[in-house]
Amino acid sequence: MEELRVNEYNLKDIYTIEAGNFVTAGEASSNIKTLLKRLGVNSSKLRNIAIASYEAEINLVIHSKGGQMELLVSPNEVIIKIDDIGPGIENIELAMKEGYSTAPDSIRVMGFGAGMGLSNMRNNADDFKIESKLGEGTHICMKFNI
Amino acid sequence: MTIEQIANKHGFATVTKCADTSRGIKSAYCCDLLSWVMSHGTADMALITIHTHMNVIAIAALLEMSCIIIPENIEIEESVINKADEEGICILKSQKSAYEISGLLFADGILPAVK
Ligand SMILES: Nc1ncnc2c1ncn2[C@@H]1O[C@H](COP(=O)(O)OP(=O)(O)O)[C@@H](O)[C@H]1O
Ligand SMILES: [Mg+2]
Repeated sequence: MEELRVNEYNLKDIYTIEAGNFVTAGEASSNIKTLLKRLGVNSSKLRNIAIASYEAEINLVIHSKGGQMELLVSPNEVIIKIDDIGPGIENIELAMKEGYSTAPDSIRVMGFGAGMGLSNMRNNADDFKIESKLGEGTHICMKFNI
Repeated sequence: MTIEQIANKHGFATVTKCADTSRGIKSAYCCDLLSWVMSHGTADMALITIHTHMNVIAIAALLEMSCIIIPENIEIEESVINKADEEGICILKSQKSAYEISGLLFADGILPAVK
């Protein structure tokens, strides 16, 4: 994954995402949105960022063993990096397919598991990168031009 | 139309205690798949869904929706109502099905959101 020179960014924030916690799910995305709104990011870009960050956050809650989201803001871009501690994705191409989901029934009854999360991220970010290794973890980097 | 006007006209109960009911409803969407709601949802929208858990509130708040309308008098936990009040998202509840509620709003001139 591309190394970011963080000192070029005026703002940095890290959020911890807990696996399986549906009560706090969405809080990181909500905090990110509030912060960016205060910084004056326009509402249509805010919507793109909110959709992409929420999908990434909820995936960590549903599919991962937990991880973190990092927000980096510079005058012309917002970067959200998502790193989890496993279990990793075996076939990224398949996971990216709209409609593909391994979510169990207990998750599907809540309305999750439509298999649209990764494509929602890709469609809303100006740049989307994903890397994953089974047994290790998944790393996503999304860039938004502001 | 405002949330209040819709609620009064169709006999929907306002479940939240302090969320602003004078807010306007500019469009509506009826769906129970949350990633679809995420990608189709917009600001000032009424969301008609059978889900009454915390994450629906989080999604509505993130997208700055106007209100959530729960069909068929589905039970809503107190903690979820409190969260909605905290986020300023109004929850309405009706005995009618999602299909009927959608039809009523459509007839009121509340149309799908323009992309
Ligand atoms: N962080 C992650 N860790 C492990 N697997 C993941 C992760 N994110 C996504 N996946 C896998 O990719 C699939 C598709 O993800 P997504 O498009 O968000 O759909 P959904 O979450 O509705 O299943 C998931 O069902 C899961 O198998
Ligand atoms: Mg997902």
